[in-house]
Amino acid sequence: MNAEPELESPHDDSRRTFLKQSSVLTAMALVPSPVVTAAAAELDEKVAAAFEKVPLSLKVNGTKHKLKVEPRTTLLDLLREQLHLTGTKKGCDYGQCGACTVHVDGQRVNSCLSFAVMHDGQEITTIEGLAKGDELHPMQEAFVKHDGFQCGYCTPGQIMSAVACVREGHAGSEGEIREYMSGNICRCGAYSNIVAAIQDVKQGGQKV
Amino acid sequence: MKAQQKQIGAPMNRVDGHLKVTGAAKYSAEYELPGLAYAVLVGSTITKGRLTSIDAKAAERAPGVLAVITHYNSPKVPGYDTAGKDPSQPATVGGPIKLFNDDKIRFNDQPIAVVVADTLERARYAARLVKAQYAKEAHQTNLEDNKPQAFLPTSAKKNPKSPMADYQRGQADAYKTGAIKIEGEYVIPTEVHHPMELQSITAHWEAPDRLTLYDKTQGTLATRRDFAKEWGLPEANVKVIATFVGGAFGNALHSWPHESAAIIAAKVVNRPVKLMLTREQMFTMVGYRPYTWQKLGMSATPDGKITAITHESIGQTSTYEEFTESTLAQTRMMYASPNLTTRYRLAALDIGSPIWMRGPGEATGAFALESAMDEMAHLLNLDPLEFRLRNYTDTDPEKNRPWSTKFLKECYKLGADRIGWNKRKLKPGSIRDGEWLVGYGMGVGTFGAHRGGAHASAQLRPDGTVLMQCATTDIGPGTGTAMTQIAADTLGIAPEKITFELGHSDYPQAGTQGGSSTVNSVGPAVQQACLALKDKLRELAGAQNPAFASAKKDDVALGDKHLSLSSNTAARVPYADLLKQAGAASVTVEAKPGNEGQQYSMYSFSVHFAEVRVHELTGEVRVSKLVSCADAGTIINEKTAANQMKGGAVGGIGMALMEHARIDDRFGRYVTKDLADYHVPVHADAPNIEVAFVNQPDLKVNALGTKGIGEIATIGVAPAIANAVFNATGKRVRELPITPDKLV
Repeated sequence: MNAEPELESPHDDSRRTFLKQSSVLTAMALVPSPVVTAAAAELDEKVAAAFEKVPLSLKVNGTKHKLKVEPRTTLLDLLREQLHLTGTKKGCDYGQCGACTVHVDGQRVNSCLSFAVMHDGQEITTIEGLAKGDELHPMQEAFVKHDGFQCGYCTPGQIMSAVACVREGHAGSEGEIREYMSGNICRCGAYSNIVAAIQDVKQGGQKV
Repeated sequence: MKAQQKQIGAPMNRVDGHLKVTGAAKYSAEYELPGLAYAVLVGSTITKGRLTSIDAKAAERAPGVLAVITHYNSPKVPGYDTAGKDPSQPATVGGPIKLFNDDKIRFNDQPIAVVVADTLERARYAARLVKAQYAKEAHQTNLEDNKPQAFLPTSAKKNPKSPMADYQRGQADAYKTGAIKIEGEYVIPTEVHHPMELQSITAHWEAPDRLTLYDKTQGTLATRRDFAKEWGLPEANVKVIATFVGGAFGNALHSWPHESAAIIAAKVVNRPVKLMLTREQMFTMVGYRPYTWQKLGMSATPDGKITAITHESIGQTSTYEEFTESTLAQTRMMYASPNLTTRYRLAALDIGSPIWMRGPGEATGAFALESAMDEMAHLLNLDPLEFRLRNYTDTDPEKNRPWSTKFLKECYKLGADRIGWNKRKLKPGSIRDGEWLVGYGMGVGTFGAHRGGAHASAQLRPDGTVLMQCATTDIGPGTGTAMTQIAADTLGIAPEKITFELGHSDYPQAGTQGGSSTVNSVGPAVQQACLALKDKLRELAGAQNPAFASAKKDDVALGDKHLSLSSNTAARVPYADLLKQAGAASVTVEAKPGNEGQQYSMYSFSVHFAEVRVHELTGEVRVSKLVSCADAGTIINEKTAANQMKGGAVGGIGMALMEHARIDDRFGRYVTKDLADYHVPVHADAPNIEVAFVNQPDLKVNALGTKGIGEIATIGVAPAIANAVFNATGKRVRELPITPDKLV
């Protein structure tokens, strides 16, 4: 993020600032001292912030959440910073690396490229929701068996993508797997092991 | 007792595999701490000059903002005053830039402010409101323009025996008078490590003089030392935790400005602070493989004996640190040339400091050397493999010492068979598959089998399990797994009974994970800690059963619940009794290398064979097959070691075909800002990579016989691909990456 040297920020007259100023102006006009005190205590700020939050109902890994979130919060940041589901990784924040891949109503999605509020009423599955208790998902088993990772950071995204790749019917051949997994970067370069893991699951015929 | 299956060499699954596939592995930005605040950096928009003002008012007023810290209001960092001023010293304390200490701008996107807020969104928004004014100065960001100003590194000026000093054997520049000679200039552009985990730190002042850092680092102790110095604290007061590191490839071998920023921010707001860089910031402030120009001249006899080589290079560094790497090392020792000259220079530019990137300088140098070998073989009309065999050397021609071990010829054979080298035609452009031209190439790699001292502890618990600890890190190779295997074999127990903990500065000391040295160094410490533990247990048991007192330590056997003797299974002491009496049974040992390094030249070797297809019309290059063979000593885990080799080869594909961080010199700013502009290999770029190990122990390096894998996995891959492209097309590309525009 760079500091723009002479840019007048258009955000100066944002709704938030307006709310903040108007509440202070109202306070000044009415002058009941508790309100002025409220402004001093930045309660106006809290009011403004509350206005800016949007109600959101989500089901994440089978658990229902009733939340109030800022519209600018991404699904990825909601998962990691507010729901503390840090298995979903941030690798670029621009939908270019796939580390943040989750399933939304069964479809693979880059959670960094989607705002949380866009998913009202939807069902999210993250890497934490893939295993059944202590029993690993077949794809997780296969990644361990084929050593489909090194540092492990891209792994949750690779696995979520791999499960979707098989479900979509895009795991028909090695070439097809490579093509349909190319949105998930592994800088350690464990690609051929990942492909072997996906082929193993596909050929094993287990339900994914 | 049933003899334990041998674990060393076995393709054991990773001990932390379950944590990694379930999302339970915690990286440095994933620790939940009460009151956690978020920090976002603001970077300079100029490349060189001074800050004249920063307007932080709007940011400070923004909702949720706890602090905006700049050099105008930053607290005094005590270590800044005592930091060395010598630019030849690697890293002033806590990072090369004394962050928020002055108004000087040394590179574009240098942090000028850090904004701290109660949520990430608020910190990010407020960071955009910070406005700065600058007094701009003219900058230099282009190495080619600055070659005339290149200088000998200070380390070489001070010490003529430094590996960075000019080197000469036989006659200087003798290739120039050779009858058969080649000469070429080679360029490797700036490449960026880009581990998938963004550089992240969570800084927590647990007390005014006690600091805990959850940090992405390759060395918990190096990071502890840097920040203890920066804050004038005893090292014992600083804790560095790096249980999981999401890749690094060298870029966490140095302390960087964002780490200083998080620590300052945590001090100011008196809350734990998390700071995660953006992908753009990963280009500008956490190191890179430096743009390097090289010139290589070589002469040979008509029958293929090299008579002389001169290899010169100019690498890029910053204006505030002298970064050096061993670009010319392989040239000095790989082939038996009687006349050899190397000259290494630096050019200081207004860009952040570089840092070693996988294979580091050796990979850069090998691109020139191994390309030149192919060019000379072509000129001589010789098979490039045969040319290398004619110049093979059984002793180190640089240091005139024997090799500790060298099985490179065996690697050549393994690789040539697997790639089908006999299919290769001497004449370029001879093999065609539809619209694709097919070619074969090879490249050799080598890297020192480095070993340092390391400590490890081992503790027997009453349930018969063993806890081992070491401060080393695991950035991905599978250190914990390899160490568990070594411990299992040494103790004679199942690996499931061993827990190996790492990545914490409070654990017994070990060096930084870099330079392919971890298994070489920590492996022996683990082995010796296990032997010491056995002996300690024997001693303890001796107090209860005289059979143990007189037993040899090799005879001690760890059963499920009892200590016994292999020669006398009737002699048994239950662990519960053993530990009840003694309280605990734990040992910490240090393992250090002897003086073998002075008597022998110790190196790992690799050879990479590539088959490429080049599309005749579009110039697209596809690597259709790669074979990597290594003489890396004993292989501890066949599965993770092969994975590491494959990963290095994928890195080499990136180097050869796509990676190029580009600066617009008018502004001194990177125009490649993310992974859409800076291309790294994806699934579709990576072929099946076949790996073969000679797997012969080198007992001069350590008792395990390991030599190291991480670097040789990458060194030599890029020239193998470039040489294969030449064999396919007859086009010699000496400036990486080999993009289609260079072939059509």
